[in-house]
Amino acid sequence: MAASAARREERTAYLFLAPGLALFFVFVLVPVVAAFYLSFCRYDIIHSPNWIGLANYQRIGKDVANHGVFYLSLRNTAQYAVGTIPLGMALALALGLLVNAGLRGVSIYRTTYYLPVVTSLVAISMVWMWLYDPNYGLLNYLLELISRVASAVMQRHISLPPQTWLANPKQAMPAIVLMSIWRGLGYNMVIYLAGLQGIPEHLYEAAKLDGATPWQRFKAITWPLLKPTTAFIFVVSVIGASQVFAQVYVMTNGGPNNATTTIVHQIFQNAFSFMKMGYASAMAFVLFGIIFVLSLVNLRLLRGGEVEYV
Amino acid sequence: MRLTLPRKLVLHALLAAGAVTTVLPFLWMLSTSLKPEPEIFRFPPAWLPHLWKWGNYREAMEAAPFGRYFLNTVIYATAVTCSNLLLCSMAAYAFARLRFRGRSVLFILTLGTMMVPGQVTMVPVFILLKRWPLLGGNDLLGIGGHGLLNTYVGLVLPGAVGAFGIFLLRQFFMTLPRELEDAARIDGCSEVGIYWRIILPLSAPALATLGIFTFTAAWNEFLWPLLITSKDSMRTLQLGLQVFQTQYTTRWDLLMAGTVVVTIPVLLIFLAGQRYFTRGIALSGMKG
Repeated sequence: MAASAARREERTAYLFLAPGLALFFVFVLVPVVAAFYLSFCRYDIIHSPNWIGLANYQRIGKDVANHGVFYLSLRNTAQYAVGTIPLGMALALALGLLVNAGLRGVSIYRTTYYLPVVTSLVAISMVWMWLYDPNYGLLNYLLELISRVASAVMQRHISLPPQTWLANPKQAMPAIVLMSIWRGLGYNMVIYLAGLQGIPEHLYEAAKLDGATPWQRFKAITWPLLKPTTAFIFVVSVIGASQVFAQVYVMTNGGPNNATTTIVHQIFQNAFSFMKMGYASAMAFVLFGIIFVLSLVNLRLLRGGEVEYV
Repeated sequence: MRLTLPRKLVLHALLAAGAVTTVLPFLWMLSTSLKPEPEIFRFPPAWLPHLWKWGNYREAMEAAPFGRYFLNTVIYATAVTCSNLLLCSMAAYAFARLRFRGRSVLFILTLGTMMVPGQVTMVPVFILLKRWPLLGGNDLLGIGGHGLLNTYVGLVLPGAVGAFGIFLLRQFFMTLPRELEDAARIDGCSEVGIYWRIILPLSAPALATLGIFTFTAAWNEFLWPLLITSKDSMRTLQLGLQVFQTQYTTRWDLLMAGTVVVTIPVLLIFLAGQRYFTRGIALSGMKG
């Protein structure tokens, strides 16, 4: 009786799991294996795959050694990560602290900061392209307004000349970075807020009784207790940054002069514009490796030294 | 914490500065969407349109079959959401409540699929859909037709279930008290009945969270519809926005009207279901 009940439970479990696991098998497991195989092939979708051994990986190695396009995409992706993550996290923490300061009516701010997160990256990218327009864009107008105000205040001529933003190889990536920070801020802020709300109030009260300044309280209580939150946001941000694509595709399509092409943009172009599916698959595995190693390193670095005061 | 009045004012000023920065691009999008074309190409630009040209919206919607794009997006996002709610909750129920051999291995494998970046599987999944045997004009070997490209099934199927959703719901199911199920089991209720009549109704908040996350993500999805659809009749709203950009010019007035239309549904969903967004972030394991 008991044995058959256990068997029935097991059968039910497999039935419940079957559709989901079948989909994972067909659309994740098989494709990963297939992609690995394709990365050793020449394949253009029309003709059947042609085994060429390590040639795709050698080509990537040669490209990196000669500072070719894939090298540029690695460099640009790294620039994007370095540009967005530290500044984005610092701003998110600052906003989280402000929202958590105990003012009335903060829920309106919290809602507002989250708006860009739910809006599609494509729509947002198009709006920012318009903001960045070199001739009629709002940002150049704001620069002009700022120069005028600054000149009036400082009593001498200050000029912030109009910029070409996305059309300028030197400014295009910073412009994409700025937009991406703006868009991601709300998400990171909400996570920081959840972390901040988990810190018990009595710790701050005790520190106040001991005469700790706000900065000392932040350093001794808030920052150490937020460490798991910071670690989580950091790991998620690194993975996200290494996969940046849509804003690049919409705003610059990798240009000008490959100044903004990223790893995923290269994978996409090689696979679906140049029909080099094997080469693209090899790139995808390089990306997979990068993400894997970075995640391991991050987890190793961020684990340990965790603080519990409660 | 008690704050003095000047300090409160400073904090409010900082928060407001952040809010203005956040909202400004949206307001600029709205303002541009209502300007007649000559007003757009003017520097310095005006904050508000001189002449409010509501006709931009009609013109934008007529520039491409946007009604069809809208319908496609609704079908795609709804189908992905429904299948995720059903399949994720089924798997989550098995992982949270049932005992079976291989449970921990299968659970770890499921979570492992989150490690694989979509770009790795993108090419083979595309080929798989194109070469799907016996459908879309293909023969048994998957040759001859377009397979599942340009179909709703092709759009929905690869994202019909997700490890994140399974994980989220499992976490929630584990917090539910077991007493109700035990009572139902004694009364002779089957496992399917317990899942359907007890667990799912009790999990409405978690299901709402997953549903809203999935729907907005699908609504905003760009890369996948870009790959799978090439026919105009199958495209989604996010792809439709590209019609206002040609190689040489961009109709900013119409493009901004288009982005407003594309953006408003998700913003409404967000404003209506706000608490589920925040709860989802708390549920996805931020407790350390």
